[in-house]
Amino acid sequence: MEYEVVIGLEIHLELQTQSKLFCSCSTSFGKEPNTNCCPVCLGLPGSLPVFNRKAIELAVTAALALNSSVQLNSRFDRKNYHYPDLPKAYQVSQYEKPIALGGCLELEIDDQVKKVNLERVHLEEEAGKLIHSGDSIIGSDYSKVDYNRAGIPLLEIVTKPDLCSGHEARLFLEELRMLLLYSGASDCKMEEGSLRCDANISLRPMGSKQLGTKAEVKNMNSFKAVEMALNYEAERQRQILISGGSVIQQTCHWDEEEKVTVPLRSKEGSSDYRYFPEPDLLPLLLEEKEVNIIKSVLPESPMDRRLRFQKEYGLAKSEASLFTSNRPLGEYFEIVALKYKDYSNLARWIQGDYLYQLREAGKSESALEPDKLVELLNLLDNGDINRPVAKELLAEMVRSGESPSRLVNEKGLKQISGHDMLLPLVEKVINENPDAVNNYLGGKEKALKFLIGQVMALSGGRADPGEVKKMLISKIAE
Amino acid sequence: MAIDFRKDVEHVAKLARLELTKTEKETMAGQLSDILDTARRIQELDTEGIEPTSHVIDFPATMREDEVGASLPLNRVLQNAPKRDNDFFRVPRIAKSGNDGQ
Repeated sequence: MEYEVVIGLEIHLELQTQSKLFCSCSTSFGKEPNTNCCPVCLGLPGSLPVFNRKAIELAVTAALALNSSVQLNSRFDRKNYHYPDLPKAYQVSQYEKPIALGGCLELEIDDQVKKVNLERVHLEEEAGKLIHSGDSIIGSDYSKVDYNRAGIPLLEIVTKPDLCSGHEARLFLEELRMLLLYSGASDCKMEEGSLRCDANISLRPMGSKQLGTKAEVKNMNSFKAVEMALNYEAERQRQILISGGSVIQQTCHWDEEEKVTVPLRSKEGSSDYRYFPEPDLLPLLLEEKEVNIIKSVLPESPMDRRLRFQKEYGLAKSEASLFTSNRPLGEYFEIVALKYKDYSNLARWIQGDYLYQLREAGKSESALEPDKLVELLNLLDNGDINRPVAKELLAEMVRSGESPSRLVNEKGLKQISGHDMLLPLVEKVINENPDAVNNYLGGKEKALKFLIGQVMALSGGRADPGEVKKMLISKIAE
Repeated sequence: MAIDFRKDVEHVAKLARLELTKTEKETMAGQLSDILDTARRIQELDTEGIEPTSHVIDFPATMREDEVGASLPLNRVLQNAPKRDNDFFRVPRIAKSGNDGQ
């Protein structure tokens, strides 16, 4: 029997605030353990939470970017469970009335636009960080807890089971990450844990409407890990089903070393969380006006930007994609494009030599003043310098910030062109290389190349090879 | 109609990591029964068309600006820790017990 894979994702995203969701402790990453803690985020008795306005705004921003419907009346609930990273033995989360419902994200998969629908978006508090004494959670005798992370605003995004492979899950996450980065809601650093993903995955007979028994996969620490873990888990379940067995519902841990999913423990039902309304926080009431203001300043989405770059500047899809994924480079392109209208030429230079030189010099995307790049390209277009010289100049300009016309004058790099300037060089080379001239006249094309090379060398690389060739041919023919 | 709530008490106690004696379980099973009886009586009221109430105060939640304030000094943070390992709280092994929720 043929099976199809059904995947839904739960994404956790730390919102980019300075202070925590319910207290004014700093959210900054990498601080000494347990130094960003106070009675509220340690869950000490008698402490009371107060909403961080910015966290709410960023949650709304992310929800709007995801086309999710923002709820003007939402509520926080206590999710009760014991785990050492949770100081209060409950997590303040949203259960019945999340801040946003539904939503979708469109992405391109193999040149097809796929719409992935969302279930909901809700806001909750981040847990602390556990450091296990052994190699992993399973073999450890004890663990250490750092509560610096506890209480950082965390957005949970739950997709519908609309994805059907590890590859799709990865592409979805890449698009989601870019969208949320653009929106400014989160820095989305997977390596610092500010973007994390768990997955629910099950198989069902091809064409069946009913969902199979799912496994939840955790501990996938990169997009690549997500793709590998889900492909592995899909195959594991397929083998069980093919051999006539049945999948049991469980939580698995992705083992990055062994590249396998390991069952962690049987999952308790959600009623065991004993959710109830958080009595310490009043319902979250938003004004439509506030939501509209946030909507009005929402930045362009990556998808819109890719399309606009193709339409407005006539760029190739790959170029538009590069200028979207590398946002500062795209912004630089747009600034230069205000003054330089051969957009495809500009795109080629920026994604080619310019980007290369930036990386060589270890500089940021806007390192070179836009006017200087325009000046350089104009010098080239007007034939004042040739292409190899332009490339060399660009390297120098990125390093020093010097203007191209000044470098041209200082180094005497101006192109040697025109009959009067080239003629003496051509005549000299013809006179000094009679053998090559004869060979050429005898039909050897290679000899002409040699002669061109000689003239170029004499010009210090500043002549235009095309022009040199023409002149040599006509001079020899005389 | 007496329903035996001892199983429920055991379940809730397990979730709350509480160890109860037999006598305590019986006492609490009786108390739980009384509490649920009261709840049942309340449920007899006709609440058709009335929004469920989660909070009795009717004004928007207070907001604070996103500004960093002082945290506690480390010795105060760790003062109630049953065990510590340098600047960390130290907790017993975790795997295969409990539930990490998210």
